[in-house]
Amino acid sequence: MRQSLAILGAVGAVTLGVSLTPGAAMAQSTLESVKERGHLNCQVGLPTPGFYALDADGTWSGLDVDVCRAVSAAIWGDPDKVEYQSVTSAVRFTSLANGESDMLARTTTWTAVRDTQLGLDFTFVNFYDGQGFLVPVDSGITSALELDGATICVLTGTTTELNLADYFRANGMEMTPVTNENVNVLVETYLGGGCDAYTNDKSGLAARRSAFPDPTAHVILPQTVSKEPLGPVVRQGDDAWANIVRWVGYGMLEAEEFGVTQANVEEMAANPPGPGVARLLGVEGNIGEGMGLPADFMVSVLKAVGNYGEAYERHVGENTPIGIPRAGTLNALWTQGGIMYPPPFR
Amino acid sequence: MAFARQDDDARRGGFRPGALLSDEKTRSITFQALTLAAVVALFWWLVDNTLANMAARSMSAGFDFLPVTAGFGIGFTLIEFREGDSYWRVFQVGVLNTLLVAVVSILFATVLGLIVGLARLSGNWIVATLARAYVEFLRNTPLLLQIIAWFFGVFNLLPRPRDSVEFGAFALNNRGFYMPSPVPEPAFDAVLAVFVVALGGAIALQVWAKRRREATGRLFPAVRVGLALVVLPPLAAHLALGQPLGWNIPALKGFNYDGGVSVPPAFCALIVALSVYTSCFIAEIVRSGVQSVSRGQREAAGALNLPNDWTMRLIILPQALRVIIPPLISQYLNVTKNSSLAIAIGFPDLVSVWMNTSLNQSGRAIPIVAMTMAFYCTVSLFVSLVMNVYNRSVQLKER
Ligand SMILES: N[C@@H](CCC(=O)N[C@@H](CS)C(=O)NCC(=O)O)C(=O)O
Repeated sequence: MRQSLAILGAVGAVTLGVSLTPGAAMAQSTLESVKERGHLNCQVGLPTPGFYALDADGTWSGLDVDVCRAVSAAIWGDPDKVEYQSVTSAVRFTSLANGESDMLARTTTWTAVRDTQLGLDFTFVNFYDGQGFLVPVDSGITSALELDGATICVLTGTTTELNLADYFRANGMEMTPVTNENVNVLVETYLGGGCDAYTNDKSGLAARRSAFPDPTAHVILPQTVSKEPLGPVVRQGDDAWANIVRWVGYGMLEAEEFGVTQANVEEMAANPPGPGVARLLGVEGNIGEGMGLPADFMVSVLKAVGNYGEAYERHVGENTPIGIPRAGTLNALWTQGGIMYPPPFR
Repeated sequence: MAFARQDDDARRGGFRPGALLSDEKTRSITFQALTLAAVVALFWWLVDNTLANMAARSMSAGFDFLPVTAGFGIGFTLIEFREGDSYWRVFQVGVLNTLLVAVVSILFATVLGLIVGLARLSGNWIVATLARAYVEFLRNTPLLLQIIAWFFGVFNLLPRPRDSVEFGAFALNNRGFYMPSPVPEPAFDAVLAVFVVALGGAIALQVWAKRRREATGRLFPAVRVGLALVVLPPLAAHLALGQPLGWNIPALKGFNYDGGVSVPPAFCALIVALSVYTSCFIAEIVRSGVQSVSRGQREAAGALNLPNDWTMRLIILPQALRVIIPPLISQYLNVTKNSSLAIAIGFPDLVSVWMNTSLNQSGRAIPIVAMTMAFYCTVSLFVSLVMNVYNRSVQLKER
């Protein structure tokens, strides 16, 4: 009997000892581990034109990719110290939460549940979007309200599948979802006629359609059925890291507001036209300091990717195959009727 | 056991520190206990650390999300599921879909495997070679590839709903396979009652025929008579009551066929791929089972001038089954686990709607993974239990 007690005691002591030691030793900050590693792990989705496109020699580009490049430039002055991790939308948050990626930039919608229950932090909005439906022109469908009874292709693990269910429920219509986590399989199914419509963020529809064999054979229906503020996300719990991503993004918007471009940034840094530009480019004050970045981090960012407007026009603007006009939309600067309104850099 | 023994020790004179060095039994018990303690502690630490880290990021590990509305639609369900239903309902839908795929695939795979396995043994060179080519080709190609090939290469290429392939009341198109569904009228209950009674009678007949054969050696065609008993009286009742069973026949309406029951293309692709792939392994199991029965048994049966089908049914198969059943169990378990590849083509099985969609939408990784593992574990244990009981009944009984 005494021996069993001794054994129990031993078990107890070991367990107690372990549970008393602090669970997670104070972890290294994300910026420190990124610097130590020498590159940024930036998560994007499966290749999507305009936002995270992959060309034949393996180079990533796009509006979201530019966020990764800008953060890399802010840290090292070099936009190419990025390792892109392309995973399906269904596993994106797990992959970020378990530390495989340092941040994600992949047309991800800011929602309350994601921000408060999944261990994530949204940083800023780099594209205001809304959900729509894509149908073949020859189907003759001209309104989403004609889709009662339709079979609809939708990506799983997205806000898209939730809005789809909401929209049909709210309008008393029926539908059969055809789901997949892989956007390529889904698009293949849609093009093969396996569903009557493909639904996604409207920007995503335009992007996907631009890569179809015959883009003109498909039309985006007029209805916008949801709000999709899309933006980069980081793990919750490292506010300093969230600040870096957030203020690099705001910096690109502020630069557009001040007219600082990729072409004139060096000149503006040498000869700032006013105190606002001087602060943004680190000529006056040192905003980078509070983030562990060099004072002139925005000079590096702008040299690498340009301001927000330049990135927009380069990847998704009217002169690209995706062709999403910006003027008069939510994505225009607040000075031009949009809601892109960066808090002041001071 | 170790603990029982240590109680004896205690009674014999209690714990002496010296025994730790001198007494082998005490030593081994002590080290076993320490190892156990270390394992428990490690596990505890992992769980505790995980929970602490999750709490720090305001992630929840609890099951409180189960009654919450899931908010997404599911393309194929066996029980009613509406967009406003809860995560718990999603789990049920997933479990039933997984079980459906497993059961249907197992049925097809077994029938197909039996046929191919026997064809492998055929004296006809062409039949045997074809069967061999079937087995070698299909079991050496990855299953995932086969599933995707069936989906994109066959079922997704079928005509659109307007140009469906129709055969009678059935229709096949790239949205699925549509079948009529029975609509029983109240009077149909009587037909069912007759059927149940007839079935009971047929079973009793089997038992009686077997007893009589064992006692007197006289044969009775119990199978044929039993079949007639099960089919004819209910049919007569059905006709006499004026056929009280209607059919809901699927018909083209709007975007697609409406009415009847239907399964989506992903289901068809999954069933075909799983059945065909598994049938190869089952065929080999059947072949090896039959070949394991010594040649002398067949020769002896021939010497008694037993007809061929009797030799197979009464002599070879009962002995072959002893070799066949154990590996067959593991194939059945494989089908159940392999059905999780459904996710590749978007069939809403448990892994797809639960481990993937629900996990992503709710963020409750730990409870969701735990429930999924518990389900697969339960099914595996249950299938092995049933098959083991059956196996014991066909094992050689030494008297
Ligand atoms: N905004 C939605 C959906 C995101 C989405 O579906 N993105 C589109 C492009 S805008 C896509 O095709 N992504 C491909 C992928 O993520 O693999 C969400 O955050 O849940």
